Amino acid sequence: MTDNAIADTSDTTAQDAAGLGVRRRDFINIAAVSAAGVGGAAVLVPLISQMAPSADVLAESSTEVDLSAIKPGQAIKAVFRKQPVFVRNLTPSEIAAADAVPLASLRDPETLEQRTKPGHTNWLITMGVCTHLGCVPLGTGEGEPKGEFGGYFCPCHGSQYDTAARIRKGPAPKNLMVPDYVFETATTVKIG
Amino acid sequence: MSFPWAQEYAPAHPFMKWVDEKLPLPRFVYNAVGAGYPVPRNLNYFWNFGILAGVCLMLQIVTGIVLAMHYASNADIAFSSTEHIMRDVNWGWMLRYAHANGASAFFVVVYIHIFRGFFYGSYKAPREMIWLLGVVIFLLMMATAFMGYVLPWGQMSFWGASVITNLFSAIPLVGDAVHTWLLGGFAPDNAALNRFFSLHFLLPFVILGVVILHIWALHIPGSSNPTGVEVKSESDTVPFHPYYTAKDGFGLAVFLLLYTAVLFFAPNALGHPDNYIPANPMQTPAHIVPEWYFWPFYAILRAFTQNFLFFPAKLLGVLAMFSAILVWFFLPWLDNSPVRSGHFRPTFRKFYYLLVVDMLVLGYCGGSPAEEPYVMVSQIATAYYFLHFLVILPIVSMVETPAPLPFSITEAVLGADESAALAAE
Amino acid sequence: MVRIISIAVGAFFAAAVLFAFGLGAYSFVTEPPAQTVEKAFHLHPKEDFHLASDGAFGTFDRQQLQRGFQVYSEVCSNCHALKYVAFRDLKEIGYNDDEVKAIAAKVQVPHYNPVTGELKTTAGMPTDHFPPVVYGGRGSPPDLSLITKARHGGAAYVYSLLTGYADQVGYKNEKGEELLKKFPEAKTPDGLHFNPYFANLNIAMPPPLTGDGQVSYKDGTKATVDQMATDVAAFLVWTAEPSLEKRHQTGWPVLAFLLFASVLAYMCYRNIWAEKKGH
Repeated sequence: MTDNAIADTSDTTAQDAAGLGVRRRDFINIAAVSAAGVGGAAVLVPLISQMAPSADVLAESSTEVDLSAIKPGQAIKAVFRKQPVFVRNLTPSEIAAADAVPLASLRDPETLEQRTKPGHTNWLITMGVCTHLGCVPLGTGEGEPKGEFGGYFCPCHGSQYDTAARIRKGPAPKNLMVPDYVFETATTVKIG
Repeated sequence: MSFPWAQEYAPAHPFMKWVDEKLPLPRFVYNAVGAGYPVPRNLNYFWNFGILAGVCLMLQIVTGIVLAMHYASNADIAFSSTEHIMRDVNWGWMLRYAHANGASAFFVVVYIHIFRGFFYGSYKAPREMIWLLGVVIFLLMMATAFMGYVLPWGQMSFWGASVITNLFSAIPLVGDAVHTWLLGGFAPDNAALNRFFSLHFLLPFVILGVVILHIWALHIPGSSNPTGVEVKSESDTVPFHPYYTAKDGFGLAVFLLLYTAVLFFAPNALGHPDNYIPANPMQTPAHIVPEWYFWPFYAILRAFTQNFLFFPAKLLGVLAMFSAILVWFFLPWLDNSPVRSGHFRPTFRKFYYLLVVDMLVLGYCGGSPAEEPYVMVSQIATAYYFLHFLVILPIVSMVETPAPLPFSITEAVLGADESAALAAE
Repeated sequence: MVRIISIAVGAFFAAAVLFAFGLGAYSFVTEPPAQTVEKAFHLHPKEDFHLASDGAFGTFDRQQLQRGFQVYSEVCSNCHALKYVAFRDLKEIGYNDDEVKAIAAKVQVPHYNPVTGELKTTAGMPTDHFPPVVYGGRGSPPDLSLITKARHGGAAYVYSLLTGYADQVGYKNEKGEELLKKFPEAKTPDGLHFNPYFANLNIAMPPPLTGDGQVSYKDGTKATVDQMATDVAAFLVWTAEPSLEKRHQTGWPVLAFLLFASVLAYMCYRNIWAEKKGH
């Protein structure tokens, strides 16, 4: 095609016609291949998004926890989004221990106040997921080791959390995450 | 093998040259579906369906893998996990409809592909191996489709599994043992569902393997063509790319148009309402039928209603149903007319059209309830089916006088061929 | 040799099936199959039944779906479950979060604790599915979630069944044959109800929609039996396929794109073949 167009240089009209023809034809071929590309890309949308959380998973976004049975010094594990939540009733001495730590010495500086709700500072509610690589730290169950700082201890890689569930030692970068929650009554909490 | 005038792969980019030296994959693709594969220039639209079948297989594999990420093959929750896909998974409804209707599309395409082969004598020497592998693919497809239909664990799934596995109980002596072994129990349940899921996942990849052999075998003699005359010279062929890639691209676009029209606007038209009822081992639906693509063979199964000689009716039906496909394996030797294409075989052509009608009649009867007049009609149609392949074709191929063939493909296309003039001298 | 064997095999199968045909045809003539009462009197769903969700442009009429849901909860839900539908799904038919919560809270949902093995029934949450319905009466009321996809005729079947109850005494089909005269033994057994739209004509479900005003619609629509049957059928189309609307909305752009792509592909194909005479 292109060869013909070049060979015909002596005849200007033929050259124009052939040149235009080539351009128009190339354009259609490019357009057709591009359309195939666009179609192929569009198909990827459902194929990729099907792996995102489905409607039923997204809907499981709140959990109610009854606090009435948790005595000071005790902790329970609740489930929120298929992950453990630590609900802990702090004793006055644990609160005092947490408040006594100078903020500047912390890797992720936060006070106990900031990590609890006003008027409910004894209720420490955090995700039970180590911020290092996602293991569940020990320290909620009776007899479980609470680590050097009396909070939680992650057995996987040795992260130590204090009584405000703040990271004090070991590889974890952050304090245990505090989920969104509200006190619905004095003894029930809705997480999420 | 290829024709001497086939273009040689010459990598333009240094990187492709580097790859080609280490692993000649670009060369392989170029010779398989690129400019290095010379193809007869006169292929009509029926030759689009091979590529389309390949596209359908890929479509089924991709959607299937994705669905398997959400499906649970446990008899207690299989049905509700399917509904979970339909309701909660992002785009799940589309993926499942794409897969279910993809099976139908695959069979439409493959039936046309097969009947293209019947008409144009594609099974004849030197292409017997392509044909044999094709029949193997078809058998594997049927097995895969059947097991896939069981997975949603609806009423039709359950009773389909029950009836089809019961076919094997017709085998003399060991039938019942085989039946129990296939199911891993006395009736379809978890064991059967799980093995069907496993095999349904495996078989498409086996099909893919046989498809590769099918295409490999095709590239030995090269594609057949509507005249049935073998390629003689370069003017008979065009390079696959860009000529047939462009034509296949157009065919693919039209195919997708029809397929998505069904997918989005009539996704349940080819299914059966009873499969939206969870499996109930205590109650058989009033009217059970397999999916439409099995109807012709289902009609053959049901046509044998009487014991004959020493054969019980049940065994005859099962034998006939399997034989109906197995006879295709012998086709290259049953029809040994030297002329390939139905265009030049007037007598064969009439019987061919009769066979097409016969298959449609069998299909219609297979989808209808097992009552009169459908049973009687399907009995006549079944008789013709076997007579066609086993009696009529061998006789016709011996006695028929074929019409004169064109000298070459070029002559058939252009009306004259320079090499034909040379040959005449 | 191949051909001799093949002709023998072909003749065998043909003979066997034609033998069966002969015997079948003989008995068909000598003892024609008796007509059954179902064949003579079963009716297909009414054809002049239309919903907003019909056709390729169909969308849901959310007001109607809410009315249908009201009929379901006040009438059908006494016997029929809806277990594939979650309360949260009701947001799709126009209820807001608080309304969904209130609807769910009115329903008692059993929760199984896999640790203790305890089954505890509490007020429903939006994430819960409609609970199973305990039914002790005659018959087995099917779950309604998928009913319009699980019956031939779909919504029209539901509507026809609900409005199709008839008095069997003196019932005639369109040919004018009277049922009890033609099939005196087919009298509806006690405790069942005659309904020609039901496959075997006798259904265990008593007529559920008994009279106008059985529910009082919140939007003020007059609750005739016909209206209630239509609304609940429309609602059950939604429960069976909540994605229907999205399916139609996705389908049109896809078809438009593919039509455009087909035209381009055709032009591209003609282009490339332009120099090859004969095509």
